[in-house]
This record gives sequence, C-alpha cells and structure tokens, in this order.
Amino acid sequence: MVKKVVENFKVEYLQVMDENGKVDKKLMPNLSAKQIKEMYELMILIRTFDDKAFSMQRQGRIGTYICYKGQEASQIGSTYALNDKDWMFPMYRNTAAYIARKHPMSMILQYWSGDERGLKSPDKLNNFPLSIGVGTQEPYAVGCAWASKLKKEKNVSFVYFGDGGTSKGDFHEALNFAGVFKVPCIFICENNQYAISVPIKRQTNSETIAQKALAYGIAGIQVDGNDIFAVYKAVKEAADNARKGKGATLIESVTYRLCDHSTSDDAKRYRSDKELKQWQKKDPVDRLEKYMKANKLLNDKYKDEVAKKAKEKVEKEVRIFENIKDPDPDDIFKFTFEEMTDELKEQNEEIK
Amino acid sequence: MNVVEAINSALDNELKKDKRVIVLGEDVGVNGGVFRVTDGLQKKHGSDRVVDTPLAELGIVGASIGLAVNGMRPVAEIQFSGFMYAPFDQLFTHAARIRGRSRGRFTVPMVVRTPYGGGIRALELHCESGESFFAHATGMKVVIPSRPYDAKGLLISAIRDPDPVIFMEPMRVYRAIKEEVPETEYTVPLGKANIEHEGSDLTVISYGAMLKYTKQALEKSDYSAEIIDLRTIVPLDTETIINSVKKTGRCVIVHEAPKTCGFAAEIIARINEKCFFNLEAPVERVTGFDVAFPLAKSENHYLPSEKRILKAVDKVMK
Repeated sequence: MVKKVVENFKVEYLQVMDENGKVDKKLMPNLSAKQIKEMYELMILIRTFDDKAFSMQRQGRIGTYICYKGQEASQIGSTYALNDKDWMFPMYRNTAAYIARKHPMSMILQYWSGDERGLKSPDKLNNFPLSIGVGTQEPYAVGCAWASKLKKEKNVSFVYFGDGGTSKGDFHEALNFAGVFKVPCIFICENNQYAISVPIKRQTNSETIAQKALAYGIAGIQVDGNDIFAVYKAVKEAADNARKGKGATLIESVTYRLCDHSTSDDAKRYRSDKELKQWQKKDPVDRLEKYMKANKLLNDKYKDEVAKKAKEKVEKEVRIFENIKDPDPDDIFKFTFEEMTDELKEQNEEIK
Repeated sequence: MNVVEAINSALDNELKKDKRVIVLGEDVGVNGGVFRVTDGLQKKHGSDRVVDTPLAELGIVGASIGLAVNGMRPVAEIQFSGFMYAPFDQLFTHAARIRGRSRGRFTVPMVVRTPYGGGIRALELHCESGESFFAHATGMKVVIPSRPYDAKGLLISAIRDPDPVIFMEPMRVYRAIKEEVPETEYTVPLGKANIEHEGSDLTVISYGAMLKYTKQALEKSDYSAEIIDLRTIVPLDTETIINSVKKTGRCVIVHEAPKTCGFAAEIIARINEKCFFNLEAPVERVTGFDVAFPLAKSENHYLPSEKRILKAVDKVMK
C-alpha cells in the first residue's frame, strides 16, 4: 500500500510597482523612458475616451456602452507586450485594448451606437470582433493559436475575459484544449471582482483564478492588474514562452472596475462606498503618475499637454463618428454568406 | 462504395489536395471514427492532420472556428447529432456571425460533420434529426446527402465552401446503399436539389436517410411520382421544388424530424407563396412526431413508415 503526494503546486503573485508608485528594481521589466511615456499617454487617452463615451451615452448620442475605468493598466499593459500580428480576442469591456491596438475610436463609437461596421478590424491588425456572450470567445482563441502552431508562425493568440467567464464550461474546455495541444495562447482574466452584481466568491471557491491553469497543465500566474509593469511583464513572458513552443499561460489580472457594469447598471446596489474608495486609492493611472513623477518622467506641463492632446484626439474622432452615414438598408444582407443565396436576394427585395 | 467509404474518400482527397484541411474529433484518429468514416486517414496523413481531441464537443467546434479564422480548413466530427447542442452555442453565437460581425474581414470556412437520424436501434441522443435548428439559426449551410455519390461530392463542396457548413450524415443508410463512386475528386454543388425520378402525378420531396425509404414506399404506388432529393436545405433549391409542383399540382414531403417547425413546414410555406394556385390538393407532410425520439423498441412507430407515406400519397391524389 502506498500513500504519497503525486503532485505539488504553487501559485505566484506578481507586483512590480506598489500603490505609491515604488518599483522593485529586480522585477522591473526592461522599458525605456519613451516606452513608459507611450504607455502613460495611452492610458490618459483611453480614460478620456471612456469618460467621453459615457457622457455621450447619457446624452443619447450612442447606445448602451460598457465602461472600463480602473482596468486601464490591465488592458494597456497586456496589449503593449504584444505585436500587431498577434491575434486579439476581446470581450465587451476591452475597448481600451482596441484603442491601444489602433482600432479607430470613431469606429468604436460607431459600434456602440449600433452600427456593426465599426467592428471591422483595420486590415493589418488581427483585432477580432469583441464577444458579447460571456466566455464564449475562449475556445476559438485556442483554435486560432493552434492554427499558428500548425502553420509554424510565431504569432500568439490572446483572449480577454472576466472572472464571470471562468465559471462557464467554455473556459474549461478551452484551457484543456490549450494544454493538450500546447498552443501559443495567452488567457487574460481581468478579475474585476464582480460579474455585474455577483462577487468573485460566488463564481469560485478557489483562492485564485490563476490556479485553475494548473489543473490543465498550463502555466498560471496572478498579477496586480492595476500595476501596468506587472501586467506587461507577465504577458511578455507568457508571449515569449508561447513563441518558443512552451504552450499557453493563464494570467489572472486582479483589478476593479471603478465604474458601473454598463450604462444600464447601478453598482451602488451591490458595492459599498467604502470598498470603492479603497480601490480608488489603487487607481492604475494615479499609480503610474506617481512612479513617473518620482523618476522625473512627468511634470505638470507634460501632464497638461498629454491631457489636452488626448481630449483633442477624442473630440476629433467624435466628429468623424458623427459624420458617418447610417448603414444602407441592403447592408444587413451582405455578410451572411460570401455570396447571397437566392432566398436572401428575395428577402432583400422586400425592403426596396 | 457505400456512404461511409464515399465520405472517407472525400476526406482523403481533400487532405491530399489541400494542406489547410485538418480533420478533428473524438476517436477519429487511431480508431478511425466509431463508424469508421475516418478509417486509415491518420495513418496516411499524420496525427497533426487527423486529430483525436478531448471528449468535448463545444471545445471541438470552438477550436475549429479559430482554426478556420486563422487560415485552416477544419472538418470537425461530432460523433452523434444529439451532441450538437453544447457546440450549438459556438455555432450560433460565433461561427454563423463572424463574417457579418467582422464585415468580411474574418470568415469561418469550417465543416461540422455529424451522423443523424434513427432506425439503427441506437441509444438515446444517438438518433435525432436537428436540421431545422441549424437552418433556423441563419449563417450556416445545411447539407444532408442521401447516397454515396452525393455524399462525396457534397462534402468536397462543403470543405471548399467559404462559410460554415453543417454536414448531416444519414447514419441509417451509411452501409445500406452502394453505388459507383469515383476515387478521384469531384464536386456536387450546394443548393441544387436532385430530381431522383421524374413523374407527372405528384411531387414527393425528401432528403437524407428517408429518401431511400420514401422511394421504396412509392414503388408500391401506382401513381407517377416525381421524387426530389433536396440534398441541401440551406441554401434551398426552391426553384426545382416550385417547377415540379407547378407541373404536378400535388405534393408530399417526408422527413423524420419532428413535425412542428420541421423543414416540411418551410417548404409548404414556399409552395403557398409561389404556386398556391397550381395546387390541386393541400400539401401533405409525413414526419416524425413532436415527442422525444423513442428508444429502439418504439422507433418504428415514430419514423415515417411505408403505410403513412402511401396514405399521404392517396390523400393528395384524391
């Protein structure tokens, strides 16, 4: 008779920069001053966009909009570590990642105003249309990564989802396939503590989401998702490993949405003011500013300039968006199949 | 060849011809599939191209979507069509909509093969006919061959098609029909019905496994039936149906899927829209019933029988 331990696991947590903007030099990723400034400028741009889009929804200028305030480090840190040719599979809260991946802001507004044409990825970018169904994007991100492996291309696929998305079977089947076929895929779980109103403790009884990777034989790590350097470092390492043929990684980016779930939600119904205030102290933008100030990368003049430029850029995109004509009635028939069937042609005639 | 051999031959041809083709599913590799449809293909084309996957239908179809988006031509097998409903979410939510949602930037040239239908005394969830679900979901083509020659030609067309195709294989006649099938590649176009037998008294429409049994029943009838094999229900060859019904003025539709919202209802609606005044009698349908598919000892009560088919023929001929 034998009773023994057959497997042992540990789950790592990574934070490079603390809430006061102090970094651990040993852990700090190799980023130039120019790169850090670029990341900061992107963060200001996307926060400006988020505020603008929210107010446009309130004014009736766009439809339901999904805000992402508070998750900027998580989305910019991750996209910044990847290439244009890598495949992004976003969910509805990843507008920040889209903007970082050069998807025109006017088109993002177009989509959220109910015009599907806004989802079309610019030609040279592999930005997949965001998933509205929760977690359903994970299985095909794995398939896409598998194709890259079969074609011996060095691209990785990265897929975003929330803590709620990890409760679904799709997540488990996707991670299992990723492990079995050892594909170059990065699973980025933005654990923002709530799936609309339901807290993480109701999604899982596991201590972390990261540890779920271990059950599928892939790498898993938990990072401070409000620390842009930690997110960047974890994603960069995951991508390097994926490109070297070492398979997939699950990254749990621990963060918090400082806004409602959507423009139709009221988070006060399920979150306390006290809790919100605690997380506001961890604001990812403030944190990077503190670091930059201490390292002489940011002064008041630069900060004002960045804010002004962001506002101008966003306003310009809003003007472009507002000049886009509504889709032609025929438009809804054009993309069901490569060639319209006779039946669709006939149905199309009905609206002429 | 029989239907199984014809499908195997189609897969073999396409694996040889196009490096992008990949066959994946449960037991399709070493075992050659539970019906031996993929027999010998892994040995011939390698385990990277004929792939045994984990037992997870949603994962298989989900992975196939991603493979297709990124330049491959996946042919997924779902072992029985009763297991199509977990991946139905992937099909409905993504496969069918990616061309539209990306405005043509990303597409899903994927085939999902699945044996369907009853009559082989199989277990529960091994006998269903869910074609109407897929036809109604929009954005997917739905192909249902009835014989070996078509099975091969339609599958090659499906693999080369730029959009997602659900390929439903008539399990009941997998080995029941043999005919000459070329070893070399050829295509049968999607969306074209086949007039199996010309006739003048009435039009009888069927597809898949039921075609053989419909033909057998009609041999016992004195009427001259024009028998149409739909071959694909999306796209539907409405023209062939309407031309025939205009000629005969009478029509019977036979399928084994349940009656309510079964595909016969759609065909009747199109006949009403396009040639109602050519009809000499109301169109009859002979279908399965609105019950869960019965277990082996009762399945013959469910499946359209010779008696029910002939009764419907007599009714429209009165």
